[in-house]
Formats: sequence, structure tokens, C-alpha cells
Amino acid sequence: MIAQALFGTLFIAALALFARNIRRIGRNIHLGRPEARNDRKGERWALMARVALGQSKMVARPVAGVMHILIYAGFVIINLEVLEIVIDGLFGTHRVFAFLGGFYDFLIGGFEVLAVGVLLACVVFIARRAVLQLPRFHKPEMKGWPSKDAMIILVTEIALMGAFLKMNAADQVLAQRGVEHYSTAGSYPVSALLQPFFMGMSDGAVIAFERFFWWFHILGILAFLNYLVVSKHLHILLAFPNVWYSKLAPRTEFANMPRITGEVRSMVDPSVPPPDPAQPRTVAGVEMTERFGAKDVFDLSWKSLMDAYSCTECGRCTSECPANLTGKLLSPRKIMMDTRDRLEEVGKAIDAKGKWEDDGKSLHSRISEEELWACTTCNACTQACPVNIDPVSIIMEMRRYKVMEESSTRPALTSMFNNIENNGAPWAFGPDRRMEWADEMKS
Amino acid sequence: MSDAIRIPTMAEFAASGEAPEVLFWVGCAGSFDDRARKITKAFVRILSAARVRFAVLGQEESCTGDPARRAGNEFLFQMQALNNVTVLNGYGVKRIVTACPHCFNTLKNEYPALGGSYEVMHHTQFINALLKEGRIKVEGGGFAGKRITFHDPCYLGRGNGEYEAPREVLLKLDAALMELKRSRQNGLCCGAGGGQMFKEPEPGSRDVNLERSEEALGAKPDIIAAGCPFCNTMLTDGVKHFNKEGEVVVKDVAELIAEAGEL
Repeated sequence: MIAQALFGTLFIAALALFARNIRRIGRNIHLGRPEARNDRKGERWALMARVALGQSKMVARPVAGVMHILIYAGFVIINLEVLEIVIDGLFGTHRVFAFLGGFYDFLIGGFEVLAVGVLLACVVFIARRAVLQLPRFHKPEMKGWPSKDAMIILVTEIALMGAFLKMNAADQVLAQRGVEHYSTAGSYPVSALLQPFFMGMSDGAVIAFERFFWWFHILGILAFLNYLVVSKHLHILLAFPNVWYSKLAPRTEFANMPRITGEVRSMVDPSVPPPDPAQPRTVAGVEMTERFGAKDVFDLSWKSLMDAYSCTECGRCTSECPANLTGKLLSPRKIMMDTRDRLEEVGKAIDAKGKWEDDGKSLHSRISEEELWACTTCNACTQACPVNIDPVSIIMEMRRYKVMEESSTRPALTSMFNNIENNGAPWAFGPDRRMEWADEMKS
Repeated sequence: MSDAIRIPTMAEFAASGEAPEVLFWVGCAGSFDDRARKITKAFVRILSAARVRFAVLGQEESCTGDPARRAGNEFLFQMQALNNVTVLNGYGVKRIVTACPHCFNTLKNEYPALGGSYEVMHHTQFINALLKEGRIKVEGGGFAGKRITFHDPCYLGRGNGEYEAPREVLLKLDAALMELKRSRQNGLCCGAGGGQMFKEPEPGSRDVNLERSEEALGAKPDIIAAGCPFCNTMLTDGVKHFNKEGEVVVKDVAELIAEAGEL
């Protein structure tokens, strides 16, 4: 009874804490600028089914892709078992789904096989980071916490799977001894191999081990659930909505800025009245006027902020980025991490003060002009991302801010702007020379 | 035969009360860049041989605004775009073909939001259609034994999902088409996009065009085929950097077809 009450309390506390953090993340995402991303719903569901559920972009790199699918399938399917564990914990039952008979045997056996798959994949993933030292896991932005975060996740998954298998092994030793409360339901193709470890122990000792692993496993899962919200591992939840809200327009189509259209129309044609001033938006208790481009997270689309929270720092974007490949400072992954870290910083400040107060910092405190101006907008990063994150949009919005609000750009680009303005071409050739090639063809 | 080629402008068509089949958007590179002008001429020879009733805007054409937008100057982009849309709509233009993937992307995808909706084709798509319709014929064209590799322009391939048209056109030549390791959706940028064409690269260990040119040269081609005037420049420079300009040429798909058809 005490165990049930304790379990119930911990379970509800863990869920409540998780819900609170998810709400906080949702609030942070909505600090971003509104943008409609719910058109073409059929296409979006299909995209989500293919890319998120079906992991179609993961397998572009077969080794990591297949290993990831093992962990993913293990995670999703083994969670069925967690349902049983929770019910057992709350009601003091034991293997409450055992009545399913042969199907139960199949399920439990399947879970064990999947658990081994997850274990192996996690070991391979650790080896890729720590032993093989794959370059994309050792870029400058991965120093410190990001690398530690990755290891914590992998080691935790190994520990959870290990506890699950050892729990089953102890459980079955007890069942075979006919200890009260333990049943022989289920099949145990993997944990059977671990049973010898418990054979020489007294019933009491085995029960202690069984309970320990049971508690370790379920408390581990509840703790892990709450770890997600402070970790890159949040991608396991956000991957789905993030893909659903993907940019469906052609990759190289940049979104129009309608406010500028109004201004340009009235500049060109005096009979067109200038557009009404933009309505300030109240965000986190503060009125914010619309800027051209992005100075801070508030100026980015909410989707860019969801992108930032969805990034699991795999670095496929960076490893395909032509700028990064040729030693430039730009790393699309760093753009996403900086955006997320800034958003977290802003979110914490809002939580502390109840509203936003300018802290003198911005996205530009983290992302330098050198990074912004290295992008070729080639979209290799958006192609490479397994969950359709779009770093180019953030880079573009930040460039817009630099150019239109701060008049800061590379000198050669200023010349290009002047040429277009004066000659209608990025070079210093006037329209009168546009047909020279045609004249050459005649002669 | 080049002396028979007429290059009418939209204004001339409008004056005679007629409309061309298609507007050829030449683009700034195609108009002013010495190397890209050759692509323009080759494409015009193809249009002419196929008896396509085309027109150009001539002096009325102005930068689409693509580099301005990519470099963050949305005001300038929209000034250019709105002016161009006024000109295009004034002539009632319905179909546009261009040899520049950046113009292509902007005209096709970004002008509709500013009131300019047209059917826009990249010249490799247009040439492919001409070949399929039998309006021009290319029979191998003396490329036997040559190795050609195609560099996907980002704004055509990844940007707009067109990978097949340039390849289908190149397959008309009796050359061997070699795929690069990074091709189609994984194609590596030449380094010119996003305004880079008009500025110095940011500090790094090497230039993007060298990375790509080295990869292309690794396929041991006789010809590197391009579909973009900027890629063409970047790859030509790269080939020169590796001192291979005597062995490997960088040519636009249109130039290869014009050559093969002896146009």
C-alpha cells in the first residue's frame, strides 16, 4: 500500500512537472512572430507520416539511419510495457496484461528483442562519438554541455534497457520458484540468459533485486521524461509537429514581406497612400513594434523557434554545408543551437520578472556577421535535416535586420545594391548595354 | 546562319499587335557577363532553329532583385520586382524562359506574391520540351567518347526539384554522362548563391568553388556541364585554379546542344 501511494505520488508529480515545462516551451515558441502554417493539411499529414513517423530522411545515411530506427522503434513499442508497469505500480497488481495469453508472450518477447536492439544501437552511437570521433560530433559548438547531453541520453537509455531486462530475469526466477505474486506469463528470450545471476540467491534477495530494477526502470523513465525538456532529446516529441509545420514552398522561395510592399508601392506611386503603421504586438507583457528582419527571437517566426527546440544537434546540416566544409565560421547547427539558447535565456528572464525587460542582448550577440554572410542559401542544410528544420530562414531574417535596420553589410554587397538601384543590374552596366550580345549576333 | 537570326523585343511585338510564344528573360549575367553572353547566344540559336516565336525585353529588362533579396535588402528587391511585374503584366506576358536558375526561381516563386504570375521555365526544361516535340533534332553531335558530368544548380535542383530536364537533354548527346558523388538533392553548391557572387568569400580554409571543381575534376570529365551562369563562372575559375583548362571545359547545357545541332 505504501509502495502504491509512493508510486502514485511520484508518477503524478513527474507528469505535472513535465506538463509545466511543456507549457513553458510552448509559451517560448509563441514569443515568435505569427505565421500561418496550417494550409494544405493533407499534404502535411502525409509529410509527417513519411518524414517523422517513417524516418525517411534518416536513412539517407544508412548506418546511423538503421541504428536510429532501432532505438525509435524500441522507444515507441516498449512504451506499451510502460503502460503495464504504471498500472501495476498504481494498483499493486503484477503483470496485469498477462491475461492476454499467447499474445502477451509475443509482446514481452518482442520487447526484450527490441531492448537488445536499443542497447546495441546506443553502444554503436557512443562508439561513433567517443571512439570513431566522427567529425560532425566534434565541431566547436559541440564542446561542453552538448556533448555531455548526448552521452547522458545514450547512457541512460542503456541503463533503462538493462534494468528492464534484469527486472524480467529476476521476475522469472521468482515465478519459477513459485513465489507468491509472481506469474510465469510472458516469454523471455533475452532475459532468460541473465537468470543464472540470481539462481544462487535467497527468495528475499531476488525479490529485492526485482523491486530495485522495477523501481529503477520506471523512475528512470519518469526522470528521463523530465530530462527531455532541458535537453536536445526533446526532438523525440517535437519531430512530429515540426515536420507537420514544414515549409511546403520550394526551398529557395523566400517569404514575401507584405509591409515593405506597401511602402514600396507608395514610394513608387505618390497616389498610393503609405501603409498604416504596423500594429505593435504585445509579447510577454511588452508592446513590440515590428522590425524589418530579426534582431531577437521575438522577430523570428514561431516556426523558427519550434525548429530550434526540435534540433537534436545531429549535425547533418553542418556536415553538408558548403561554407562549413570549406572552413568558414558558419555552422547551420550552431544557428539552431544559438537560437534555442537565446530563447531559453529570454524565457527564463520572463519567468523571473513576470514580463520581458530588454537585457541588452539579442540573437546577434551569439551569431556573428561573419557567420551570416557565409551562407550561400544553397539549402543543403534544409535538405539534410531529418526533421525539416530550416536554418536558412533564420540567417535570412538576421541578414534583413542587419541590412535594413542597421545598414550593415559587406562593402561589396553595398556596391551591388547601388548598381541594381542605379543600373538595374548587379554590375556597373547600364540598360543601354543590355542588347550588346544581340548586336554581336547580327555582325 | 547566325545572320538570319532576329531578336525581336516585346515592344516590337506589341507595336505589331502580336504576342510571342515565350519571353526569353536574358538576365543580367546573360546580358553583361562575357562568358554568360555565349550561353545567351547559344540559347537564341536554339530558339531560332526551333522556330520559336520568342521576344526579349531588351532595355526594359531589369535585375529580378534576387541578389538584393538574398543579401537582405528586401526594399530593393521589391522595387525591382514591382517594376518588373508592371512591365511584364503591361505586355501581358504569360510564359517566360530563362537560362538563369536564380531569375527562374524569383520569377516563378516570388513574383506571384507581388502580382506577377507566369509560367516560368528554365532553359533546360524548354530545350528538353523542344527536343521531345521534335522541334529541334540532335543526333549525338560528335561527342562520341567524351565524358560529361552535370553540376546541379542549387536554385534549379534542390530549390525547385528539377533534376531530370538537364540530364535528359544531355543524354541526347552521344557522350557518357557521369554523376558526381554529390549530385541531385545532395549536390554541392558552387559557392555563388545568396549574394556570394558579388562579394569576397568569408574567411575559411578554401573557396567553395574549389571544393566543387575538385570533385567535378575527380570524375575525369572532358566537359563539366552547367545550367547556371554563376555556377559556370565559379567552375571555370576552379578548373583554371587546378590548371586543367586545357583538358576540361565548362559548358552550359544550351551551348552543348547548340554545338551538337550545329546551330
